[in-house]
Amino acid sequence: MTLLQVRNLSVGFPTPDGVVQAVNDISFSISAGETLAIVGESGSGKTVTNLALMGLLNSNTAQISGAATFQSHDGEVDLLGIDRSKLQKYRGRDISMIFQDPMSSLHPYYSIGDQIIEAHQVHNQVEPEVSRQRAIELLGLVGIPDPAARVDSYPHQFSGGMRQRVMIAMALVNNPSLLIADEPTTALDVTVQAQILNLLKDLQNKFKMAIILITHDLGVVAGAADNVNVMYAGRIVESANVFDLYAKPSMPYTQGLLDSIPRLDQPHTNRLSAIPGQPPSMISLPPGCSFAPRCSRKDEVAGGRCSLELPELTLRSASHSARCFISEGAVAT
Amino acid sequence: MLSYISRRLGVTLLILLGVSFTVYVIFAFLPFDPAALTCGKNCNDPGIIEANRRRLGYDLPFLTQYWNFIKGLFVGSSYGMGAALINCPAPSLGYSFREHACVSSIISEALPVTLSLALGALVLWLIVGVGLGVLAARYKGKIVDSASTVFVLIGTSLPTFLTGLMLLVFVVIKWRLLPFPAGNYTPFFEDPYEWAQILFLPWVTLAFAYAALYTRFVRSAVIETSNEDYIRTARAKGLPEGTILGKHTLRSALAPIVTMAGLDFAGLLGGAILTESVFNLPGLGRLAIGAVVEYDLPIIVATTLLAAAIVVLMNLVVDIAYAFIDPRVRIT
Repeated sequence: MTLLQVRNLSVGFPTPDGVVQAVNDISFSISAGETLAIVGESGSGKTVTNLALMGLLNSNTAQISGAATFQSHDGEVDLLGIDRSKLQKYRGRDISMIFQDPMSSLHPYYSIGDQIIEAHQVHNQVEPEVSRQRAIELLGLVGIPDPAARVDSYPHQFSGGMRQRVMIAMALVNNPSLLIADEPTTALDVTVQAQILNLLKDLQNKFKMAIILITHDLGVVAGAADNVNVMYAGRIVESANVFDLYAKPSMPYTQGLLDSIPRLDQPHTNRLSAIPGQPPSMISLPPGCSFAPRCSRKDEVAGGRCSLELPELTLRSASHSARCFISEGAVAT
Repeated sequence: MLSYISRRLGVTLLILLGVSFTVYVIFAFLPFDPAALTCGKNCNDPGIIEANRRRLGYDLPFLTQYWNFIKGLFVGSSYGMGAALINCPAPSLGYSFREHACVSSIISEALPVTLSLALGALVLWLIVGVGLGVLAARYKGKIVDSASTVFVLIGTSLPTFLTGLMLLVFVVIKWRLLPFPAGNYTPFFEDPYEWAQILFLPWVTLAFAYAALYTRFVRSAVIETSNEDYIRTARAKGLPEGTILGKHTLRSALAPIVTMAGLDFAGLLGGAILTESVFNLPGLGRLAIGAVVEYDLPIIVATTLLAAAIVVLMNLVVDIAYAFIDPRVRIT
């Protein structure tokens, strides 16, 4: 069952220098229980995409267009079309979000119990004591030792990894069908990263929820995702299931991302390969493929077509599409 | 928490002792002869001066004088002997020869006036400043925000003596909206209505300037807090905007206001000199100014010390209040 279907989502931020087109006409869908990874460099539009879906962008500063059909607890809603005040009842109940920096994502003045209870109370007409038991149950599920005692602790009494567990407990308190995890492990130690990802995986099975995992780390993706969207300069440049993507990357940018992962099975004398150059300005995108200025293989396509014409996102196989003339078969003669 | 408070109280006492000593040193070594000042401007009779010197204890060594001063705070002090014996009960702050009264009784008359003035003004400016600041932040760039900016500009640029005089001229004399404050301060427990009526314009005058500052401060604090990650978390939880603003944003944004208000309040308790002068209120500020003009040293020492003590004590109050607001500074 398709849980969320996003069509032609664009987000622009008007500035004195012009509109910053942070997300440019993207479409994707996610099924119930699926894990979809959105991968890309900083500024590629991954976070903005999801903040737009959550209705967390300031409507005074962001121009949002497109449609997002979501199967909520009370039927189908268009997350981008409905009134923002109505969106509130789906946030934290059907769709939850956890953020990159657990150190600053919890209110420092309220105990973690209060914050989780509040998230439960706002969507459920129950006694506070019921919510409190639910909070303790969730804290136990995410691996906080002695949850009945720790529920009254304050965020500053927890480490970063523990705070991210608290954030996860808070996000799951209403049993959402979709969890958006925005770089949930970026701010954490490597050892803790694995714990958090495993925890998410376990909880996903338990709660039967779908996860949109936003990350810049293809290592994280390989272990956790079913399908992957690679984003570059506000566009999806490649979309595939995780096996196809690693086996047969069909876009030089994806290849570049894969090559930039340090690998144990390569001689360590080899320098880590990096993609040369910087992402383009989002105010004036190049007319052709936005990756063309940095692409080492653009000369393989005849007539400088990569710099003149924007390639479409076309199918490579049933579960794999890419935005590239090279893998489409257009090769210089 | 209790041990923290008692520890802080101990430190506060030490600070007060230091402050009192410093104040005493400054005034002991001023190039005035306090004994000569006791006998009028044209008094040249060395006999009277020496007699007064002995009577008030100015002939004793400096440290003995200081010790007597401190002792007087706890057991009271007496000056002279026989028929001319003057007794100032504890806490005695000395004897003002000009006013022919114990300093502590002079101060106990002036303090309630200043306290009433400062407290009323504090309430008024907190209501206006916080209210307008929150509104301006909530409707940033809208007409409320622009109006608040105008209010802030006027409030911060008009000096209190001008605001006070203009209020008197227009509200009382021209438009006759309020009766003329006769200058006879009435204690609250005697006649609360009269008390409020006399203090109303001074409150407005004083609160105007502070409300402007607080509006600016609250506005930027609320806007800044609204961009915090944990406010985004609160929104992601699905909380209504009112709860996010009223519970999550304001709690963080208003914490520094507690510090600010506490210290501003303490500053005012030392005497709102201009406002008290414009409205002819017999408070601490006017007392201090009068004492300075007339070289009434015991009163100058006492008012200085009192102002310092209030600031130190309010700091303690603010720190304790902060511990209740912010769990991160909670000390056990």
